[in-house]
Amino acid sequence: MAAVEPLIVVRDVVNRFGAQVVHDGVSFEVMPGEVFGIVGGSGSGKSVLLRTLLGLRQPDAGSVAIEGREVTAMDDRELRDVKRRYGVTFQHGALFTSLTVAENVTLPVAEVLDLDEASLAQLLELRLRMVGLPLEAAAKHPAQLSGGMVKRVALARALALDPKIVFLDEPTAGLDPIAASAFDELVLYLRDSLHLTIVMVTHDLDTLMRTCDRVAVLVDRKVIVDTLEGIVANEHPWIRHYFHGGRGRAMRAAQEDGRGA
Amino acid sequence: MSFNAHFDRSAARLVLKGDCGMAEAPVLATALAAVRSAEPGTLRVEIGGRLDIGPSWLLRALVVELRGAGRHVEIEGRMPEHLRYLDEVASRDVGSMPDFGRATFADRFAAFGGALRRRVASWYEALMFGGRLLESAGTAWRSLKRLRVPSVVRHMHETGVQAIPVVAVIALLISVISAYIGAQQLRPFGAEIYTVDLVTIGVLRELGVLLTAIMVAGRTGSAYAAELGVMKLNDEVDALEAMGMNPYEVLVLPRVVALVLVMPLLTVVADFMGLAGGALLTSYLIDLPWSQFVMRLDSSIGDTTFWAGMVKAPVFGLLIALTGTLRGLQVRESSRELGRLTTVAVVQSIFLVIFADALFAIYFLELDF
Repeated sequence: MAAVEPLIVVRDVVNRFGAQVVHDGVSFEVMPGEVFGIVGGSGSGKSVLLRTLLGLRQPDAGSVAIEGREVTAMDDRELRDVKRRYGVTFQHGALFTSLTVAENVTLPVAEVLDLDEASLAQLLELRLRMVGLPLEAAAKHPAQLSGGMVKRVALARALALDPKIVFLDEPTAGLDPIAASAFDELVLYLRDSLHLTIVMVTHDLDTLMRTCDRVAVLVDRKVIVDTLEGIVANEHPWIRHYFHGGRGRAMRAAQEDGRGA
Repeated sequence: MSFNAHFDRSAARLVLKGDCGMAEAPVLATALAAVRSAEPGTLRVEIGGRLDIGPSWLLRALVVELRGAGRHVEIEGRMPEHLRYLDEVASRDVGSMPDFGRATFADRFAAFGGALRRRVASWYEALMFGGRLLESAGTAWRSLKRLRVPSVVRHMHETGVQAIPVVAVIALLISVISAYIGAQQLRPFGAEIYTVDLVTIGVLRELGVLLTAIMVAGRTGSAYAAELGVMKLNDEVDALEAMGMNPYEVLVLPRVVALVLVMPLLTVVADFMGLAGGALLTSYLIDLPWSQFVMRLDSSIGDTTFWAGMVKAPVFGLLIALTGTLRGLQVRESSRELGRLTTVAVVQSIFLVIFADALFAIYFLELDF
């Protein structure tokens, strides 16, 4: 285990907007093949942290390295190259509403690679199958899809270039429990069968409990990283409240019941 | 090691060397296409490196295809690690790919019918829009609170006060152009003094108000359509309606009222700047002193010249505001619709303004106004 190099290394990242400091020395590592959750209260800077990891935002101090290459010290061209090695889904899907599902999923491939129509069609079918979408959805426009399908199409688009890392921003927000748990299953399945590394920002305790190996909690402008069990046992008042407040307790009780039975 | 795919036709051998990720997929696809077109009786695939998921899928598709046709396919070397996963994925029953092929005659006929239906629906929507706006205007008329004065004032500021610089510059420039051409054309007849008539009558009756309307259509018509369109996409219009507020009263009416009030004011600015430009150019081109210009101006224009331009201003304002807000409220579903309808709003409002101007011209001629 010790020999495994971390895939993402975040060192002392500081982010501030004017006088307001969002992150004050945030450091953590993401190991290959793990599902890494990022949680925090509203306004604790989860999305800002994700944007920093993606190289969409320059931190005010500190560094982010993906696969040993420093994202924060790259020129635009190198950064573009690295960006092709990871996939991202955004909170609301961020599908291009004027394109069909097929065009959405094919876009990153057709943009970067010089492939013939037949191969593009085959790859489209692969990605749709990978995320468990019915193939006839390919001809539809995003406005005709349900929330769960939008998230799946977004994931299919994120997977289009065979990324090593997938970043998911609130992947289950706005989904009904059945669709959300199906999405959790999908994430775990992809991780197990393809050895993807998944970093997800989430508010969904259910998803967090089911999928994440390790969790980073953003509190007091810092980050606390631990395994799921470690985080649940953490004494920090906000974390206690998060996991042991009404919703968290009910959830954990249900889970323990499930294990006992 | 860089990836290399080579199909040896005589030996029916496909040799893959090196690791193949998505970036190398085009190389692989070319080799696979060569295999397909050669239609070999048997095929031996030698794999020398790792294949990523996408490339493995492309290779797998070819192998499945050949085996399906009864050909013998052998795979040697390093088996793609994702093959089991891909077999599992391929066995899922998720229906078949939709047909993206060419449109049949029936499709085209259906598309034509759909376009026709949408056009009729759009007219119907315009009628509904007019009706609901009149209805809310009818009730709003009776109380200042419902007329939403703060909102009207805000829109007057945005569409009027902020438009003054651009309208002023455009009016100045257009009068400079017409004075310049007028002076040049009239000089051979020794009738340069009529340049003053040309500029003043032209600016006051037509150019001032028309150019202002076109500028406002570009500035405000598009802004109205885009603002309301984004609100529509964000469900803000539905939110208003759900709170028991009338979106026509809250969103549309203030914008329309503001523009109807602002257009005449902008036209005054344009007229003034146009006359100033004319005076400047005539003093420069035909050495006419300012005092002479004013005297000439006084005798050249009639009592109604100024008003012939001015009465058109609120009408143009109304047309632009109605088109912009109507198109904005028609946005639904996608960002492409937003762009399309914003364009439609600008083009249609300019068209309507010019069309109305033509009607005014005929009307004034008959009326001897």
